[in-house]
Amino acid sequence: MMRAASYISFGERALRLVMPILALAVAIGLWEGIVRYYELPPYILPSPTLVFETLKSDWGTLSESLLVTLRTTALALLLAVVGGVLLALLFASSRLVELSLFPFAVILQVTPIIAIAPLLLIYLEPQTAVLVCAWIVAFFPILSNTALGLASVDRNLRELFELYGANRWKTLFLLRMPAALPYFLGGLRIAGGLALIGAVVAEIAAGTAGRGSGLAYRIVESGYRLNVPRMFAALLLISLAGIAIFALLTLIQHLTLRRWHESALDRES
Amino acid sequence: MPAAVPSAGSDKPLAAFRGVGKTFPNGVVALEHLDFSIQRGEFLTLLGPSGCGKSTALRLLAGLAQPTRGEIVRNTAAAHEIGFVFQEPTLMPWATVAQNVRLPLRLKNIEYQESRVQEALALVGLGDFRDAYPRELSGGMKMRVSIARALVTRPQLLLMDEPFAALDEISRFKLNDDLLALWRQLNCTVVFVTHSVFESVYLSSRILMFTPRPGRIAAEFSIDAPEPRAGQFRTSPEYGAQCREVSAALADVMAGS
Repeated sequence: MMRAASYISFGERALRLVMPILALAVAIGLWEGIVRYYELPPYILPSPTLVFETLKSDWGTLSESLLVTLRTTALALLLAVVGGVLLALLFASSRLVELSLFPFAVILQVTPIIAIAPLLLIYLEPQTAVLVCAWIVAFFPILSNTALGLASVDRNLRELFELYGANRWKTLFLLRMPAALPYFLGGLRIAGGLALIGAVVAEIAAGTAGRGSGLAYRIVESGYRLNVPRMFAALLLISLAGIAIFALLTLIQHLTLRRWHESALDRES
Repeated sequence: MPAAVPSAGSDKPLAAFRGVGKTFPNGVVALEHLDFSIQRGEFLTLLGPSGCGKSTALRLLAGLAQPTRGEIVRNTAAAHEIGFVFQEPTLMPWATVAQNVRLPLRLKNIEYQESRVQEALALVGLGDFRDAYPRELSGGMKMRVSIARALVTRPQLLLMDEPFAALDEISRFKLNDDLLALWRQLNCTVVFVTHSVFESVYLSSRILMFTPRPGRIAAEFSIDAPEPRAGQFRTSPEYGAQCREVSAALADVMAGS
């Protein structure tokens, strides 16, 4: 396998890196320019420099909230992986279970989380309710993708396993689970973003004040106080957290699949 | 339909179809009155047009499906004495060549013996590719891995379901020659399914021709060309004559169906 492609595409790769950064810089510059030119007050639209300064000055509160939101997101994602994969395995082993439980999963998925959150807040502690909300939205893509993957085994490979007398467990571990891995990782990447969204939505609905409140609550709170620069600073952190989660999960997907899966291949090879 | 002529030797055939029929759940009769036996050490080809049930016969022989009527007698020591090569290479894309070849040993709880994997890979000329992934290999090389995997359990009976149909002619001819060399070297029995008259005459010691819908045996040919066969056999007059004979029979079968 020649890897000549990487030489040819050096310029292309540089372009891919430079262009988005350049575009972002231009947009921020425009924003700064407009705010200064029209002398917009910070409660209408803060300038990027002010947002950045607020981020620095309020870092204590904001970083604490960031950690809270990230912890909720990570825990929800972890539980979604455990729950989604276990349920998918259960579905794969019993058609009866699949037929009876799948509707519940769909109902949870199609009902907007913002509508479920107030109810959960009545039954559960605010922090638990937030976690459950994030879990509900994150677990479905993992469940449905993994279930699809477990069912998408090459027919001939299945027969090969049968021919050599493989038992259920060997077929599961050596054939169905590896075959489902790309599907699972695809679901995981979607679930990562959804876990953050679920956490943010639930935090807003919960509105817990004081210590241990997440970034979304900081936004609501700052809104009440018309502290718009802080709203932007918190928003920026949520955005960055989302990008970081996506990048991390994409990296995991790439590292896991790069040796063998179509999705990770260069077009030339 | 005439049954296979019993071999002059005293040993039992390796396997035999006795009045085998197969009807699919949707009512299609795939096979009817199948009576033939497989002699030890022969290279038997099941030849016929698409949809004549020859692949179904192979699957029945492998135990991947059960006959609706009749019985299949196997005199192999155990089921794992069978190696199966599918039409596609059917490799696990997430596993290396060596791991793919090792798979039958793992599934059969045979203790991992590096030497057996290495030996099987060497037989198909892929000794240097043990750590490659399937996607890094050409179609012909993937098929070699698939054959190595079938050989790793040292089967008495090697079943091959149109294994070279998807390959280009150059790779196919090369693999034909290599397969013949393997068959001679390992002294195993091969049952080979193909729809190519030329491939069947080149490879086989015996050909069973199937009629389509329902599949039955229409004719039987013994190919007694000098051994070992090689490239020059392909262009020899004997080869041409045998191909002509088989093709004519196939044309009759198709006209009659």
